Amino acid sequence: MLKHDLVPEHHLLSEEDAEKILSEMRMTRDQLPKIRNNDAGIKVLESIYGPIAEGRVVRIVRKSETAQEFVAYRLVTKG
Amino acid sequence: MMRGITKRIGSIKFSCVSPDEIRRMSATKIITADTYDDEGYPIEMGLMDPHMGVIEPGLRCKTCGCKVDECPGHFGHIDLAMPVIHVGFIKDIKLMLESTCRNCGRIMLTAEQIESRRGDMSEMRDLGGGTIELKNFSKETAKDASNKGVCPYCGTEQIKIKLDKPTTFREVDDNHKLTPKEVRERLERIPDEDLKTLGMDPATCRPEWMVLTALAVPPVTVRPSITLDSGDRSEDDLTHKLVDVLRINQRLRENRDAGAPQLIVEDLWELLQYHVTTYFDNQTSGIPPARHRSGRPLKTLAQRLKGKEGRFRSNLSGKRVNFSARTVISPDPLLSINEVGVPFIAARELTVPVHVNEHNIGKLREIVARGPAPSMENGYRPGVNYVIRSDGRRIRVTDRNAEEVAENIDIDYTIERQLMDGDVVLFNRQPSLHRMSMMAHRVRIMDGRTFRFNLCDCPPYNADFDGDEMNLHVLQSDEARAEARILMQVQENILSPRYGGPIIGAIHDHITGAYFLTHDNPRFDRFEAMNILSKMQGIEIPKPMADDDGNEYWTGRQLFSIVLPNDFRTTFKANICQNCDVCTRENCPFDAYVKIRNGQLLCGTIDAKGIGNSKGKILDRIARDYGSDRAARFINEVTRLALGAIMNHGFSTGIGDEDIPEEAALQITNYNQECIGQVSDLVDSFQNGTLDQMPGRSLRETLEVRVMKVLGQARDEAGRVAGKHLGLSNPAVIMAKSGARGSMLNLSQMAGCVGQQAVRGERLARGYWNRTLPHFHKGDLGAYARGFCSNSYKTGLNPTEFFFHAMGGREGLVDTAVRTSRSGYMQRRLVSALEDLKLTSDGTVRNTVGTVIQFKYGEDGVDPSRTVRGKAIDLDDLFAEVLGDDADKLLGVDDRDIGDDYGSREKDEMEYTEEEEGEDYDDLDTDFEGGGE
Repeated sequence: MLKHDLVPEHHLLSEEDAEKILSEMRMTRDQLPKIRNNDAGIKVLESIYGPIAEGRVVRIVRKSETAQEFVAYRLVTKG
Repeated sequence: MMRGITKRIGSIKFSCVSPDEIRRMSATKIITADTYDDEGYPIEMGLMDPHMGVIEPGLRCKTCGCKVDECPGHFGHIDLAMPVIHVGFIKDIKLMLESTCRNCGRIMLTAEQIESRRGDMSEMRDLGGGTIELKNFSKETAKDASNKGVCPYCGTEQIKIKLDKPTTFREVDDNHKLTPKEVRERLERIPDEDLKTLGMDPATCRPEWMVLTALAVPPVTVRPSITLDSGDRSEDDLTHKLVDVLRINQRLRENRDAGAPQLIVEDLWELLQYHVTTYFDNQTSGIPPARHRSGRPLKTLAQRLKGKEGRFRSNLSGKRVNFSARTVISPDPLLSINEVGVPFIAARELTVPVHVNEHNIGKLREIVARGPAPSMENGYRPGVNYVIRSDGRRIRVTDRNAEEVAENIDIDYTIERQLMDGDVVLFNRQPSLHRMSMMAHRVRIMDGRTFRFNLCDCPPYNADFDGDEMNLHVLQSDEARAEARILMQVQENILSPRYGGPIIGAIHDHITGAYFLTHDNPRFDRFEAMNILSKMQGIEIPKPMADDDGNEYWTGRQLFSIVLPNDFRTTFKANICQNCDVCTRENCPFDAYVKIRNGQLLCGTIDAKGIGNSKGKILDRIARDYGSDRAARFINEVTRLALGAIMNHGFSTGIGDEDIPEEAALQITNYNQECIGQVSDLVDSFQNGTLDQMPGRSLRETLEVRVMKVLGQARDEAGRVAGKHLGLSNPAVIMAKSGARGSMLNLSQMAGCVGQQAVRGERLARGYWNRTLPHFHKGDLGAYARGFCSNSYKTGLNPTEFFFHAMGGREGLVDTAVRTSRSGYMQRRLVSALEDLKLTSDGTVRNTVGTVIQFKYGEDGVDPSRTVRGKAIDLDDLFAEVLGDDADKLLGVDDRDIGDDYGSREKDEMEYTEEEEGEDYDDLDTDFEGGGE
């Protein structure tokens, strides 16, 4: 599914990476936008990495009309 | 103005109030339904008990001893004879009853389930789950717990509970009615621990409090009674309702105590329930609303808060304010775009607070001594309406006490000075659809009774002068003034964030004027030139040229170049450009190639593309490259210059401008006849079956498409012929071509032929059976029978054409009416969703909680009002700057059609659809609006 042109790239971040990015952006986890763990994108990631716990951070790289490529982060929550 | 210590609100929690607390906070118990005794004094322990606050001046509150306006009011309470259910909580009560055991009151989940649910809840809280998410989660918990059948703790068989709207519960099996008393008993049995699982905090809210045993009575200040002129008292709706509650409560108690039959007690109980329910919400579905004696439904608690006229939308989100004014607007081209003319009558009422300090005290004494209405002999001078002493007391300044008050002024006083030239005010026109609907202006005090402003400010406000009114607000603090000046002043809003182009610019006559000034570079002698320039201040007049006879003259381009910055350079095609296949650039036969170097207009005509609003390329560049101050100056000067030019030339238009020579009219008629002939040929071939079907279309559709095409050609040809004969010196044509007002379509409809009328984009086909009007044969598919108007507005439509035209026109009107209401509601929803978002200094867009909505504003962090037509940088322009004139050639800039900005593109599209329908009802609409105002 992730190979489809219209579906943005999803990357699961390791805990260290997530911490690093959060501190870079000076944000706490609860300030991140959320993604449900029953989201199709998360399900695909789970099929690769195994179960993804709540509170993990996902990086989403998507095409943007204004900035060519845009990186966003999502916090995995219970669906 | 003294301000207390400000503290930050950490959190707000809403909760139920317990009957115990109702009694504790109550100033008095209410037992009698009577309000006043025979002498007109309020009865003790009645609904108007003076313990609950005072509403009559002179009396003192018996609880706090304060007078009117000082006493905040105090609650009383009614002890209900039997408990009743609170309608507002009916859903929660139902959920609670269903999810707990009818016998032991435990939540019907196993210990493990409870454990996991509680764990999930605390995790949600840790990850920033909002109140709404938690609420939804506990609702799910309750849903899971209900429908269990058997209690896992005591093994009692459960009976399904049904809710008879609005407030009656029934057990389904034997249709046994649960009395509020039983409901309350059940709720009481739920243990505190299980409440936490259900998302309630038992410390602040127990479920049995949702079944009322005591009713809080709001203070009299909440429900004041009005004394009518006749001396009669008229009570508030809430008081009326409370009287009903008290009466029934009394009867119920008496009957119950006297041991009346169960049936009677139950009836009264239900009646009490009805009254309490309508006291909270008089629009509860399923019960008739309680009515006033006159038949008007009572306005009870929920009605006071709900809807457009409720407390929230009309008193909290929208308030009436002081220091504001409203009046009719009118134009004044001699004002700067940053100014607003304020009538002195209004200025005398509007004030600005000025703090007295050691530096300004002398000056302020002088102003105060003038009193509230200084003489107008030497023009308007601001007076003072109020002086506020350092202890906060207000002193009204009158002509009599002015001298004395001026003497007594001291440091730390504040005086309320009347408005004067240069004050910063906010100016606004409803509907406020975008941020340019409210901009900051500088005040100019003037005679007359209207607000006045520069015509260039009309487009952002969408204002005209057919009776429009506008509002003005005077800013009251230095911070507000600074912020308004920096962010909201008109000149800061020249470039629109909607499409990164100028929204403020020359309109109508300004464009025509600039056209006359520059088109084909006319010459002006000294007299004319000075006339044109006479209204301009602080300009340097260029050296005149001399013709062969030695007479000095100025060229129009020279005059226009006066207002350009000295190093200005740009190149573009004017609005009058004919889009020739090969552009001859400087040698353009229409003078449409605009070239400006070093602030000198070298060739070309200045029209809508140069200085017009939303299109003006010169304007756009000046605003972007030279800053808003320069842009404002440019607009001011262009306005004056263009008006000088148009007044020098003289300009008017009338229906005579659409006169075309006879042979042209004949030509149009002939071509129309030819097209109509073609249409009937098409119809014939359709009926014979010889018409070639188009791919993807039925035969009928094919016919329609072909006919529409032929008739479209007829109108275009008529327009072309008319345009050719009208010529470029025709005022109407000048306006249309320069982009000042009107279009060639308007002209060709007036001079040539109105063309095909349409409803929903199709030829007219409604009315009678198989025909539009009884004047035609059934099944007639010809041009005339289906709404083609071969006449022009000028020659006049014949009756059938007129009727068809009205059909097409009606659709336009209905469309606009529907569109405005629908888009208004859409906007309201969008605004409510976005109103708490803000751009933080780190570039993220966040809501009030701090949650990120967008990691970078617009994903690229670019302010659209600083873009070049939506692009962050204009590379072509940078090249042109570096490479000079060669760049255009190298890049082939002017061979490419860059197209217009978004603004005009939207507009064009709209016009296009309207043209398709054969009508441009734009102007008609505005007229209707005007009539309504």
